[in-house]
Amino acid sequence: MKREILEQLQADRADKRPVVLATFLKTGEQRLLYLVGKKGLKDLDPRIGEAARAALIEDKPRTLDTEQGPLFLNVFNPPLRLILVGAVHIAQALVPMAQLAGYEVIVIDPRSAFGSVERFPGITLSNDWPDEAMAQLRPDLRTALVTLTHDPKIDDPALIAGLKSDVFYIGALGSKKTHASRLERLTAEGFGPDDFARIHGPVGLSIGAKSPAEISISILAQMTAALRQPAATPASSSAAA
Amino acid sequence: MSTDPTANFSGDIAGDILTTALDWKNAGKGVALATVVTTWGSAPRPVGSQLAVDDEGKFIGSVSGGCIEGAVVTEALDAIADGKPRLLDFGVSDAQAWEVGLACGGKIQVYVERLDS
Repeated sequence: MKREILEQLQADRADKRPVVLATFLKTGEQRLLYLVGKKGLKDLDPRIGEAARAALIEDKPRTLDTEQGPLFLNVFNPPLRLILVGAVHIAQALVPMAQLAGYEVIVIDPRSAFGSVERFPGITLSNDWPDEAMAQLRPDLRTALVTLTHDPKIDDPALIAGLKSDVFYIGALGSKKTHASRLERLTAEGFGPDDFARIHGPVGLSIGAKSPAEISISILAQMTAALRQPAATPASSSAAA
Repeated sequence: MSTDPTANFSGDIAGDILTTALDWKNAGKGVALATVVTTWGSAPRPVGSQLAVDDEGKFIGSVSGGCIEGAVVTEALDAIADGKPRLLDFGVSDAQAWEVGLACGGKIQVYVERLDS
């Protein structure tokens, strides 16, 4: 491996940029492949780009047989992140559960009485408005977004930023009625059915969850399904209530 | 085999395998990287797992949870010396692997390469 390839790989990881390190196992020739754009792909078999993309999305390295022999595609994905909007009661249960499942958790709540260090010790907490906080966090395809405030002033800017990003999961707490009026507001902002299909609302799998901990389980289970079985987890699998 | 979702990344990349490999290289040492590229059966570490070795045989990371690290480090030292990448096969049906003790019953293929300047 050339030192400059390793240096670039480390820079990509530091910037939380998903990248595949492709190695021709016969010759040792290597290059870095990215999800966005065609960088690194010119003069390569188009199947290689497709396989690299699938490897990143499934978070699973693989070997591809090519004319130049076996090509190993190693995956370097950024860490999983969960952005929670609303430092409410459910968040207090969901934060430790998501941490156990391997997520770096960020809680956003501009109301400092809710989003206080005393209530959420040891995690990244932002008292910025969600649109500003989301712009800083640069959510990616390894990020989940869950809004919990029910307050359009706080939830909507986060959902809008989420819909404009590659986040793999968007969940919005609120009843069917709340969700319907939410979609009306988002329509007025220029979003349509393809965008709405990305929002799990009401949030969480339908398991009859009542308590904050149970609701957190249903949300985390739905996030897990969206991460591990994306094709089988349309937003329509959401809780009925 | 359980897949380790954190095999290749962590929130803090300082102190990880590739960071250490680059630090060693920048300190003027010879360095090799070993990567699990294929597994069959109950291999202990998932595909993509890595091990970095310096020219004194010091290593960080793992490719098997201890079964074959010794043999991989030996090959890595050879790769540091001659610069040629190698594809190593280990498995219960393989006499060498039996000697080095891949007792877990799986088979794995490990790619070893030198970190060049």
